[in-house]
Amino acid sequence: MSDKPVLELRNVTHEYRGRRGIFSQSAPVRAVDKVSICVERSDILGIVGESGSGKSTLAKIMLGLLAPAEGEVLLDGWPAAGMTRRQIAERVGFIFQDPYSSLNPRQTVGKIVAYPLYLRGEGTSAERQERARKILDIVGLPLRFFDAYPNQMSGGQRQRVAIARALITRPKLLICDEPTSALDVSVQAQVLNLLLELREEFNLTYVIISHNMSVIQHMTTNVAVMYLGRIVEMNTSERVFEEPRHPYTQLLLNSTLTVAPGAGVPDLKVDTAAREAMREHPSYIAQ
Amino acid sequence: MLLNVENLNIDIATPNGSLAAVQDVSFRVSKGETLCIVGESGCGKSITALSLLGLLPKVAKRTARQMTFDGLDMQSMSKAELRALRGDRLSMIFQEPMTALNPLHTVGRQLSDVYRAHRKASRREAKERAIYLLKQVGISNAAQRLNQYPHELSGGLRQRVVIAMALMCEPELIVADEPTTALDVTIQAELLRLLIDLQKSFGMGMILITHDLGLVSRIADRVIVMYAGQVVEAAPAAELFTKPSHPYTRALLGSVPDPSYPRMKPLPSIPGTVPSLVSRMEGCHFFDRCPLACDACRQPIQLATIDKDHEARCIRVGKGEIRRKVVA
Repeated sequence: MSDKPVLELRNVTHEYRGRRGIFSQSAPVRAVDKVSICVERSDILGIVGESGSGKSTLAKIMLGLLAPAEGEVLLDGWPAAGMTRRQIAERVGFIFQDPYSSLNPRQTVGKIVAYPLYLRGEGTSAERQERARKILDIVGLPLRFFDAYPNQMSGGQRQRVAIARALITRPKLLICDEPTSALDVSVQAQVLNLLLELREEFNLTYVIISHNMSVIQHMTTNVAVMYLGRIVEMNTSERVFEEPRHPYTQLLLNSTLTVAPGAGVPDLKVDTAAREAMREHPSYIAQ
Repeated sequence: MLLNVENLNIDIATPNGSLAAVQDVSFRVSKGETLCIVGESGCGKSITALSLLGLLPKVAKRTARQMTFDGLDMQSMSKAELRALRGDRLSMIFQEPMTALNPLHTVGRQLSDVYRAHRKASRREAKERAIYLLKQVGISNAAQRLNQYPHELSGGLRQRVVIAMALMCEPELIVADEPTTALDVTIQAELLRLLIDLQKSFGMGMILITHDLGLVSRIADRVIVMYAGQVVEAAPAAELFTKPSHPYTRALLGSVPDPSYPRMKPLPSIPGTVPSLVSRMEGCHFFDRCPLACDACRQPIQLATIDKDHEARCIRVGKGEIRRKVVA
């Protein structure tokens, strides 16, 4: 085992080309702007930010689905640019927000979960099924779901299927894009607990993207706050929540509606000037 | 009393038999009051809201002992009478602004239509009213926005338009179904604040349907907690959060990640999932997931009064056993 970071981004930048019309061309959108992140083994990095801040583009880059325009992505110290899709997939797994659309409705749970093994050409069909059964058991799904279809399951159960599929190839790093935001709180707690258990069991490293600050606070060791494509604050989770430095981080924390009977909704007054100030404010990145 | 609903039942015909989506739900809303309906998906919150506006799908059948809006019997209303009420004195904010707005019409047209349908107003008056309300909901260049189509607006702006549309005729009661769930937290807080300020200044009653307990704790006057079609607890908000009595309410409150919990340690969760309502249950609906379930819970259980205005549907209510055991 190397002691290199599981995932490292160095000055990663990505632009989406502007819309091209006949007479005009809109400016390109810089979705990710010089982002550097280092995720050590068994870290849980939380990435927070509003829609359009570049969180999902960053996730795509981490998964190797999108080659960054500039900068480097290193997995276990090796440049991802030199790897095949399959080599990246061996190291990085993912689960998406919506367990309703991320599973093929026409395949049984057993097939869905075993499919990554099939793609890698591992084992015989019987062996793959056996491993699928094992992993379904690990994520807490009863065996009767093996031949079920996703539409016969609840949201929480589907998210367990997605987790099982991500883990069957034993990746070291799991990227979770809003893993529980489509779920009810009681089910959310089940899924979060499962992620914590699996981390212990498989020595996993997570990147969790979420807009739910309470979830991020509970689940992460480190937090990166994104605003307009940049990381505006990065620190240990404790520091970020106890002593947020960047005005955008402070705004995020202030707008989080924790349980506080009778406290009302804070009056945030985020006007254009405040937004402008947040954009100009220097980043705070702890080493 | 603005709205009074007693023993509301909604049955939905499905291929697998009739499903009792809402069972004996009662609540009241006064002028200026905020009632929150909370619970997990599939517990009957949204369909309760739709039934208030007479917007149930054809397969759903509604019965109620009483259902009055400002003294008017809503059950005996004709479609036309209901339509005259809806959008005027009673209006709704839906969760998903993209589907609540018509993509083929400009914002201005949609706002004006509401006004002109209910008031004898000229186009110009309707337009002025629309501009006024867009300003009220914090849209700065309101006059220009009138000519835009929904797809040209961001999610936050769209939801502002939906709120403005609901307020066009100064309704007395507004029903908001997860009005900000689809939005970023910062915009969510901003819009909620706005909605509450407007509610206060118009003196509207509000029914807010949400699963966000943080939000509920902050703005509700009264809360009803639904589980699998039934009200399991109803109480003034302050009391619900300080003295939750039903095991489900307690477990639900417990499962919200809280800074006081040890980080990266298991959260209290509720095992299992909400039961399907196709097979009618005799006893407590929470039976399968409840840590305190016993044989006596298999009997039908009525809402029991705990305190003034505070009721819960549990046989152990008032016996002091719940507090110790549930959130362990």
